Amino acid sequence: MSAFTIVDAERAVPVQAQVTGGRVLLDPVALKDGLGWEIHDGLLCNDSMCIPLADERALVRDGGVDLETLAGALDRPLAFDVAEGAAFLGSSARERSQALAARQAPDFSLPDLDGRLHTLREHRGKKILLVAWASW
Amino acid sequence: MHEELKDHGFAVIAVALDKNADDPRPWIEAARPTHPSLVDAQHTLADLYNIVNVPTILWIDERGRIVRPNDVAFGSDTFKHITGLSSSGHLGALRAWVKGEAPALSDEEVKRQQPLPTAADQQARAEFGLGQWLWAQGRQAAAERHFARGGELAPHDFTIRRGTMPMRGIDSMGPQFREMLQTWVGAGQPFYRPLPDTAGRPGAAS
Repeated sequence: MSAFTIVDAERAVPVQAQVTGGRVLLDPVALKDGLGWEIHDGLLCNDSMCIPLADERALVRDGGVDLETLAGALDRPLAFDVAEGAAFLGSSARERSQALAARQAPDFSLPDLDGRLHTLREHRGKKILLVAWASW
Repeated sequence: MHEELKDHGFAVIAVALDKNADDPRPWIEAARPTHPSLVDAQHTLADLYNIVNVPTILWIDERGRIVRPNDVAFGSDTFKHITGLSSSGHLGALRAWVKGEAPALSDEEVKRQQPLPTAADQQARAEFGLGQWLWAQGRQAAAERHFARGGELAPHDFTIRRGTMPMRGIDSMGPQFREMLQTWVGAGQPFYRPLPDTAGRPGAAS
């Protein structure tokens, strides 16, 4: 086992993992404590939901949880770098597409120059011009 | 614009997709905006709204619904000679919508124009996310690999291909950008994708 970092929803979660042949196997305890997921009876569960697993044996092997298979079961993209001991769990294209197709503007919370957080939600009741720009 | 229309129940939210607050700071401090001007180093907004270039604007109504999806508009004509896009078309339409003189796009039109992210787009954003995290850890060489991978997966996503240039020590207005742009446009791909009604509005260049 070695130290590995999974960035999930902007949180960097340190976990123990076994890296063999380009695959990352997570310690099941770290999966539960760090990411909030647990596997039992063919289900992948967190506090609020369970996802049925098509093939539990593909997910749990050699006593570890295969990170790529886990991302697939969660329907989330995974970028990982074995040499750097780090991975990033992105957001599901299906989930993002459903939200945008419903035309409800997704809320966000972002800092201004002074670090103060602002949300879209706090402007509800107004017409909003949202502008994405950059100095580049 | 914000000052003129704020009594009509209108707000502007500007979000800079920049690597830190220091990059957009000079622009924001010079403009002294009265509206929130936010910094989004992790490209959260790009991920939520499937934004692939800047500037991108959206209109959101009082109920929090998107009534103009991802469009291209400039606040001034400073770059009109380069972009071919005039600011007046969008500003006029925005003013009319805010004052209730003209409706926004219809539900059907919004649905038709709303770009939805593919699995490759989201994989590219995950590569960006890993690269951005590695870069913030000072692991530049590793970050570079993931920025490059993201750009390969979503070649139309300039928030990745161009937006990572400042982190990679590349001049985002320099020869590497111009070459990227030339190749892209040369292959018949548009760098800016304004909605069709923006392009057709009086005052907007074709």
